[in-house]
Amino acid sequence: MPVIEVEELRRTYSSRTGLRRSAKKDVEAVRGISFEVERGELFGLLGPNGAGKTTTIKMLITLLLPTSGRARVLGFDVVADAREVRRRIGYVFGGDKGLYERLSGLDNLRYFAELYGVAPKEQGPRISELLELVGLAGRERERVEGYSRGMRQRLHIARGLLHRPEVLFLDEPSIGIDPVGARELRETVAALVSTGTTVLLTTHYMFEADQLCDRIAVIAGGSIVAEGTPAQLKERVADGHVVEIEVYGDAGERIDAVRAIAGVTGVAVEEGATSQLLVVRTSAAAQVTPAVLGTLDGVRLGRVATREPTLEDAYIELVRDV
Amino acid sequence: MRVLRLVGVTWWLQLKMRSRSSFDGILSIVYPLFFATMIFFMYGQHGDQEALVAASVGAACMGVWSAVSTTASTTLQGERRQGTLELLVASPTSFPLTVVPATISMGTIGLWSLVVTLLWGRFAFGISISFAQPVVFVVAAVVLAFSLGLVGFLEAVASVRYRAAWAIGSLLEFPVWLICGFLVPLDALPDWVRPIAYLLPPTWGVAAVRDAALGGNAWPDIALCLVSGAAYAGIGWLLARRLVDSARMRATLALT
Repeated sequence: MPVIEVEELRRTYSSRTGLRRSAKKDVEAVRGISFEVERGELFGLLGPNGAGKTTTIKMLITLLLPTSGRARVLGFDVVADAREVRRRIGYVFGGDKGLYERLSGLDNLRYFAELYGVAPKEQGPRISELLELVGLAGRERERVEGYSRGMRQRLHIARGLLHRPEVLFLDEPSIGIDPVGARELRETVAALVSTGTTVLLTTHYMFEADQLCDRIAVIAGGSIVAEGTPAQLKERVADGHVVEIEVYGDAGERIDAVRAIAGVTGVAVEEGATSQLLVVRTSAAAQVTPAVLGTLDGVRLGRVATREPTLEDAYIELVRDV
Repeated sequence: MRVLRLVGVTWWLQLKMRSRSSFDGILSIVYPLFFATMIFFMYGQHGDQEALVAASVGAACMGVWSAVSTTASTTLQGERRQGTLELLVASPTSFPLTVVPATISMGTIGLWSLVVTLLWGRFAFGISISFAQPVVFVVAAVVLAFSLGLVGFLEAVASVRYRAAWAIGSLLEFPVWLICGFLVPLDALPDWVRPIAYLLPPTWGVAAVRDAALGGNAWPDIALCLVSGAAYAGIGWLLARRLVDSARMRATLALT
């Protein structure tokens, strides 16, 4: 039986504007999504800002009521059996919030251990074990207000694991932390999955998703636009190549001309500090590099490279038109 | 047993949190002192020593109500702002059990204000209170803080659903001082005010503290203060689930 079952889940946010002529505005954040996550799986939800990732997670962890549809976690309905779901899951989100700043890291963990019903005798050893796991041993008596962002994030992870949850929901956990911290986080998550914990992860970082996730659902505009293993998603754009051209000047003006070249399937410009990177996706048989360089005549160019598509290319392809 | 431990640990940690800001601490003591000082001057002018002593006990209790009323309604807004409100709701613990100890800790902070105001009256204004029943006085003061904490719980619960409900506290602070007999005996108030006052635990709590200090029988008022406080907690408990569900429906648990 799947650990997470989502069927036609929808969530609409309603707001009212104006006092005299009150107008109701509905925004459909999640539009009837369905997916399943098996035990011990690390499932990723990828999508741009406002795609519906956090709304989906919040419905699964019982913080938001769905407008329609059904979701079950470990066989318990997220609406009817909310408390049973809460007992068995952990929730960690990224960013600075979600901690009691004036308390020490240790007191934060003690408090949440009480809230999650961790037996008093077990609390001390469990907290020590988790402090070791997240690398905060020795700093636990300091107030959280003095913690760096990375330390806060590690404390969040420890908090989410206090009651040994069977399912862990990670909502952009690596946002804002440095590369070393992000790598340690990935190692911690991978270790958890190896011990049988089921993880649902949302992230913006393609590398993170590619490295960690067993399966990924790409969500855009509130709908799932693709689902599969990272390899399967990459295959969607694998019948082509990517040409990257470093441009010193305004490449934006030439995009339409590049896009018009036969064999070009997509064009994007990434801004750099001193240059722009023109990313041109092409179909397999096309040899477009000379033609692309031709459209950039008169513009100072740097490195020109051809590479295989990555998960990021697949992701951009999938969400581009939504 | 688990519930008692949870309430105890939460109360202690909330008290720790609230005591750590020296600014907040000084404010919660100094602010009621300003009002108490005005009361001491006003009653001192009349030369009625009995009324001055009664008013000084009431003035000491004002700080307990201030500590609860203004912070109870803002506390969940604070939790919302720091992103912990969602974590409290997402935990398997019944939501009221996470809020009640927090509001009782506010009443506990208010007890500091009560003690400081009495000392201020004694040493700055020479108001001597004999404390006819010191043990009963302590019991009455603790019951007052506890019951007002339960009223604060009802206040706090309302702000789960409504993000702007934090303003309720400021709205309630002064009227309760006026109608619950903190400064003016209930007999001196208009008839229509008294039924309202009887429904409010501060009325019985202040009467109990005053009786204990001045030699009256405080026990009936202590009992009524506890019972009325429990009734407010009961209403809050019933409302909590409905309001949390409403907040889950309307997505008001977070600021974003």
